Amino acid sequence: MTEPAKARNALELSDLSVAYRVGGRNRAVLRNLSLTIGQGEAYGLVGESGCGKSTAALAVVRYLPRNGSISGGAIALDGQDVMKLDAEALRRARAESVSMVYQDPGKALNPSIRIGRQLTEIFELAGVSGQAATDRSIAMLNRVRISDPPSVMQRYPHQLSGGMQQRVAIAMALANDPSMLILDEPTTGLDATVEAEVLDLIAQLRQELSASILFISHNLAVVSNMCDRVGVLYAGMLVEEGPTDVVFNDPRHPYTVALLRCLPRGGQRKDQGRLDTIPGFLPGIGTVIKGCAFADRCALATDRCRTELPPLYDLTDERGRRLSRCHYHDQAQALPRATPADVATAPKPATAPVLRVAGLNKTYASHGYPLRAVKDVSLDLRPGETLGLVGESGSGKTTFARLLLGLVPPDAGGTIELEGKALAPKLENRGDDQVKAMQIVFQNPDSALNRSHSIRHILGRALKRLAGLSGKAREARLDDLVRSVRLTDRHLAVKPRQLSGGLKQRVAIARAFAGDPRIVVCDEPTSALDVSVQAAILNLLADLQSKEDVSYIFISHDLGVVRYLSDKIAVLYLGRIMEIGPSEAVFSGPHHPYTEALLSAVPKLDQTETARIRLDGEIPSAVNPPSGCVFHTRCPRKIGPICEQQEPPLAEAQPGHSIRCHIPYAELARLQKAAVAEPA
Amino acid sequence: MSAVQTPSPAQDDTRRRGPLAEVLFSLLRSRTFLVGIAIVLFWVVCALFGEHFVPYDPLADDIINALAPPSREHWFGTDQIGRDVFSRVIVGSRDILTVAPLATLLATVAGTALGLLTGYFRGLVDDVVSRILEAFMAIPVVIVALLAIVALGTSKTTVIVVIGLSFAPIIARTVRSAVLAERELDYVAAAQLRHENALHTMFVEILPNVIPPILVETTVRLGYAIFAVATLSFMGFGIQPPSPDWGLSISSNYGMIGGGFWWTVLFDALAIASLVIGVNLAADGVHGAFND
Repeated sequence: MTEPAKARNALELSDLSVAYRVGGRNRAVLRNLSLTIGQGEAYGLVGESGCGKSTAALAVVRYLPRNGSISGGAIALDGQDVMKLDAEALRRARAESVSMVYQDPGKALNPSIRIGRQLTEIFELAGVSGQAATDRSIAMLNRVRISDPPSVMQRYPHQLSGGMQQRVAIAMALANDPSMLILDEPTTGLDATVEAEVLDLIAQLRQELSASILFISHNLAVVSNMCDRVGVLYAGMLVEEGPTDVVFNDPRHPYTVALLRCLPRGGQRKDQGRLDTIPGFLPGIGTVIKGCAFADRCALATDRCRTELPPLYDLTDERGRRLSRCHYHDQAQALPRATPADVATAPKPATAPVLRVAGLNKTYASHGYPLRAVKDVSLDLRPGETLGLVGESGSGKTTFARLLLGLVPPDAGGTIELEGKALAPKLENRGDDQVKAMQIVFQNPDSALNRSHSIRHILGRALKRLAGLSGKAREARLDDLVRSVRLTDRHLAVKPRQLSGGLKQRVAIARAFAGDPRIVVCDEPTSALDVSVQAAILNLLADLQSKEDVSYIFISHDLGVVRYLSDKIAVLYLGRIMEIGPSEAVFSGPHHPYTEALLSAVPKLDQTETARIRLDGEIPSAVNPPSGCVFHTRCPRKIGPICEQQEPPLAEAQPGHSIRCHIPYAELARLQKAAVAEPA
Repeated sequence: MSAVQTPSPAQDDTRRRGPLAEVLFSLLRSRTFLVGIAIVLFWVVCALFGEHFVPYDPLADDIINALAPPSREHWFGTDQIGRDVFSRVIVGSRDILTVAPLATLLATVAGTALGLLTGYFRGLVDDVVSRILEAFMAIPVVIVALLAIVALGTSKTTVIVVIGLSFAPIIARTVRSAVLAERELDYVAAAQLRHENALHTMFVEILPNVIPPILVETTVRLGYAIFAVATLSFMGFGIQPPSPDWGLSISSNYGMIGGGFWWTVLFDALAIASLVIGVNLAADGVHGAFND
């Protein structure tokens, strides 16, 4: 911990207030935010979207959007008052002492300029030129662990993978050895394996450089691994602050408590209980807040909370300096659940599979070469069961889902059987009953819901086409449907853009359920949502499943989420199933080395430092997959030439649990017992 | 499923305006649009009611006063047979403001249908139709007009059809590219997963979402259509004498500029220019409103 008195702080915000001018009115976004980041310290700022995290970051460099203004308070960077800097001094400060890394590296890099030029430019601005700038750029790329920097310098951003792009962005940010590094959701769009690499890199760089870090993320686990101290932001106000491990293990504000409860943790599963949720909504920007901002959503709130703004109570103890903006901070952890945990689950009788897939292949043509997006996938799914599909992007998860739905026709040869009847490869050749039996909830509701139509139209049309209803019967069913996803009549008249992300996803779920489907494909349905909303959507999916006995094919990159909802897991790599089996068996292991690496990459809240396995490089191109076992190029447990020469079969290791690996099951068990302590 | 808690729409729902209201609101704040629409409206009023307020009958000749320069009696002077140029300019907006918008409407309807068809089906349909449209675009409007007039005879209808069909491929191209982007969105896949037929998907699902680019393209095309109508009547293919018409009037009088009778041509030319500029300013405003 840093003693504020010891040295000049890297960043000091005192009573910072920021407002955005919207509709001719100034609306408060940050309210009297005070925080201090010491030299060399990493400070995490967490909260749901709309809390003002990014606004705080932009305000530090006075880079707010045109309608934003700092309405009060002071910002000191390295003891220097940022508010008092003139244009030139501000430019120098931005160039020399503070750097930012944004969420989407693809957008942060100029697509038409080579990497090398973008990097040397920074050095040239600092007065280094020619060969010296090139040399320093190469050194910088080396520093962010990019192999073969000279060749990377020659490339354009689009020729690099997302992880590489983000490394380059970090290299650029570090080029001038800034004293303050602001990372705004730096790994949010990346695969778990790539995220792990980038986080490792940042952690290592922290030890090499002196930079202090402001780390903004909605992902509590990432922050808990990366930061010394954490601040929880709610409605533009700091509600809790303290050392990361103390705050996450012993939260003293109901909001922090509630946020932590929304996450599926410690291998929690749907049949063991529902996730907790946070009722209500974040106050809109500019809302006048009297009393505690969280009071409306807090089950502990009393009249005092609604009328009297809680100060930041100082709860400093021997574990460090900490603050909580709650009148009842000592009772915060007694916050009652918003959603009861109990679930009524009846054991499912063993029945015939609702879906049977055998030998499914999909080959695309890529510049004349065959690209095998899905190779020889066979599996089956029982009624009321969830199959989780995991794998990095490019592993064929979404293609597989689209093959099942008939949106993309598979190669000849494979079969898809729904309730014992073969499905035509093309959607238009399938019967109406078959089409309505298999529906999908897409990842992005903005794309999935027609923005020109009202919710009533969207759901009404689905009921007409999928359930064949019209007139009074349709109205009645529409009511039921809307209520089953916990929307109300009020939502029917509006267009999708007038709803929040979570509500839109509920509409998408309602649409999928309109025709009483047997199988619903969920393609990353919660990845665009905040954790509290995610919890509500996961609960809803679990409830609908136990009520309707529907089967899910659940695609997600978030293994915690997959584990919560899935009965069975299939791990895909380059279009092939590397491992398939009951959820518990796949997660607890022994598992395929690829699964092991995926699990190891997940940032965990329960900070038990396990031996970490990192995958080198990127997923190889499906046009030219590696020989033998496709995973051998990245496999940390490669045993020898056999891996390069022979593709291992998907062998059943235990009843229902198959692994595609040359290493015998018992040997895997022995190897992994030594390495893995407890997966997420 | 006990303790159901019902989320309500985000509180600021009611404050938000609908997309259409938002566009209107931003149009009314756009100075470009307001200036443009003012000019256009001026000419629309002239076209609708001009006959009733012009000082002279635009067709009445007055040989004694032929080729009189602008004066208090004849603000814009008179032409070779003594007709009042001011009255003719004002009333001359009538035909062009019927023909050009109708031609644009035809182009928009035909172009939208073709664009939806090619963008939605892609593949062979797109290849064949698009190549034909491109070939069509390569032929100059004037040649098409000549051929059409030989075949159909000179009439306003011919002009509307010729211009409408020549502009349709251009609008089709814009609509096609917008449809191609929409087609990739998941709501189209969702429609397929309801076994909707192609017509429903094209016209009910996709069309409402491509209205903004269509509106922008239509207003831009209107400017070109006005110019094209004026050109055709200048060449004698459009409106026939003695109807007052700007293009026609320029064509029958421009020989006399050399004699110093500038007023017989200048005001018609300015009228065409102002209407084209007005429509283009309005188009700019519409474009801005949709792309903010």
